[in-house]
Amino acid sequence: MSPEQAPDPAPAPRPQRPRWAVLGEQALEGLIRLSGMSAIVFVAAIFFFVLREAAPILVREEFSLAQFLFSTEWYPTSASNVRYGTLALTVGTLSVTGLAMLLAVPFGLGAAIYLSEFCSPRLRETLKIVIELLSAIPSVVWGFVGLTVMSKLIVRSTGAPVGVNVLNGGIILALISVPVIVSIGEDALKAVPDSYREAGLALGATRWQMVYRVLLPAARNGLLAAVLLGVGRAVGETMAVLMATGHAVHIPGGLLDSVRTLTANIAAELGEAPAGSDHYRVLFLTGTLLFLITFAVNLAADFVVRGIRRR
Amino acid sequence: MRFARTPHVARKELAEAVAGGVFALMAAAMVVPLLLIVGYLVFMAWPVLGWEFIVDVPRRGMTDGGIWPAFVGTIYLVVLSLMVSAPIGVLAAVYLNEYAKDNWFNRVVNLAVINLAGVPSIVHALFGLGAFVYAARFGYSILAASLTLAIMTLPVIIASTREALASVPMSFREACWNVGATRWQTIRAVVLPNSISGILTGVILQVSRAAGETAPVMFTGAVFFKAVERGELFAYGLREQCMALSMHLYTLATQVPNVKEALPYATAVVLLGSVLLVNASAIALRVWLRGRKKW
Repeated sequence: MSPEQAPDPAPAPRPQRPRWAVLGEQALEGLIRLSGMSAIVFVAAIFFFVLREAAPILVREEFSLAQFLFSTEWYPTSASNVRYGTLALTVGTLSVTGLAMLLAVPFGLGAAIYLSEFCSPRLRETLKIVIELLSAIPSVVWGFVGLTVMSKLIVRSTGAPVGVNVLNGGIILALISVPVIVSIGEDALKAVPDSYREAGLALGATRWQMVYRVLLPAARNGLLAAVLLGVGRAVGETMAVLMATGHAVHIPGGLLDSVRTLTANIAAELGEAPAGSDHYRVLFLTGTLLFLITFAVNLAADFVVRGIRRR
Repeated sequence: MRFARTPHVARKELAEAVAGGVFALMAAAMVVPLLLIVGYLVFMAWPVLGWEFIVDVPRRGMTDGGIWPAFVGTIYLVVLSLMVSAPIGVLAAVYLNEYAKDNWFNRVVNLAVINLAGVPSIVHALFGLGAFVYAARFGYSILAASLTLAIMTLPVIIASTREALASVPMSFREACWNVGATRWQTIRAVVLPNSISGILTGVILQVSRAAGETAPVMFTGAVFFKAVERGELFAYGLREQCMALSMHLYTLATQVPNVKEALPYATAVVLLGSVLLVNASAIALRVWLRGRKKW
């Protein structure tokens, strides 16, 4: 410190931003927060508005929830004997989804393993693009494929009288849900640290041994989440099953029986049910049921994934 | 010198080869259907496919002619739904990626986004019917249908915008904060410019998703038939009903008797073609972007 140095001048006032800029920024941030919350609002609104249309039927005396859930009799437009039992539809959904998963889970997980462990980076990029395109095909186009191509193939190869049945819907649904399983399954495998792989390979394991002894156990939760999301996708699919599974409301006896699913039933009958009628409200109640099912499946998938992160 | 393979090693290598082959086949099993389906649809549609098919109107009780009213109707629905979901989706993603702290509330927000993506399309249709058509009194209209589509496709935009924002390195933001910029100034000057192409990809994906959806528009604003002039661009008003390509395909395939055989196939090809084209452009944008990324 030399004594001849001049003392510091008084600090200049800090430049302030104009008031409108500050206020504008606050308004914009408010808007951003609002949009951030919109997802909650929309999910709640979906539940509210669907349940609101369904609610009046719940308090009707002649309506019983047990019958709705556990009766196989669905005669919504019968003049004398109206029955709203959705068990056959639920079983239809389960059978088609079950078959789809039987096909899609092994293929999806196998493809995911191939993508993340066996193939060259270049091929991987190409395959991922194909999967993305596959998942972009609209469900009505899948339904059309089921109705025309697949049903002809099924009639020709099995001799079944009609080609739109559980088998057809299952194959189409499998093709729809496979991309979901592959892309999320691959993410799960990629999330396993490379040191796991290296440790396995360093012990002399082949890649396959490493995959099923080290990788699959380590990525178990992520793969389970992939399967669950695939199930969610298959249960909620509407147009494809509407066109590919036929229109028989009964519990299927085999792969070549026609069925109808919960989703397809709404799509098929909503147009004919007059607004405010019991039939219309029961369809909304089915929608509520579907909402709750997919909500539970998605929630389960999320918890499973969260389980991995915590570890 | 080489050691002879012991039986154990030979077995191990065989298993490796078999596993690799099986997994490769499983992966191939996804490529093959895509090619077969597209090929077969184009083959069946070939006789009528062409520009004329797109700009012509349906004729003879929808058993002949083109698809113009449905094509232009889908454009209306997509553009309108985009105008609603793009701003909300991008802002929501900005909130989730730039503002949200890791607390219970934001976990609920995340869960809501995931669940919104998982709600079946037919439930969205019921929601659109209950909320927009009846409760908001929009009636069966383009307005109600595109709002339903907008909410349905919101998660697509949120997810891909978030990914784009997250790929901007943290150090970029920190550098900006350190010269005294506020959070929003940083987002505007640094984060958004560096992720705009990724955001655009998400918007493009939303377009393809919205164009293909059937159930949500079927019960909120799309109709079997609407008379529109050939090639007329401003065919519909906001409160009118419209035709849509996806629903037109469903109608032709299941409801209209004696349709010319190639007609539904050609409709499927135009729908599938536009969706895949839009998706391919999003993918191309992403690949190009990755190539010129500087960090």
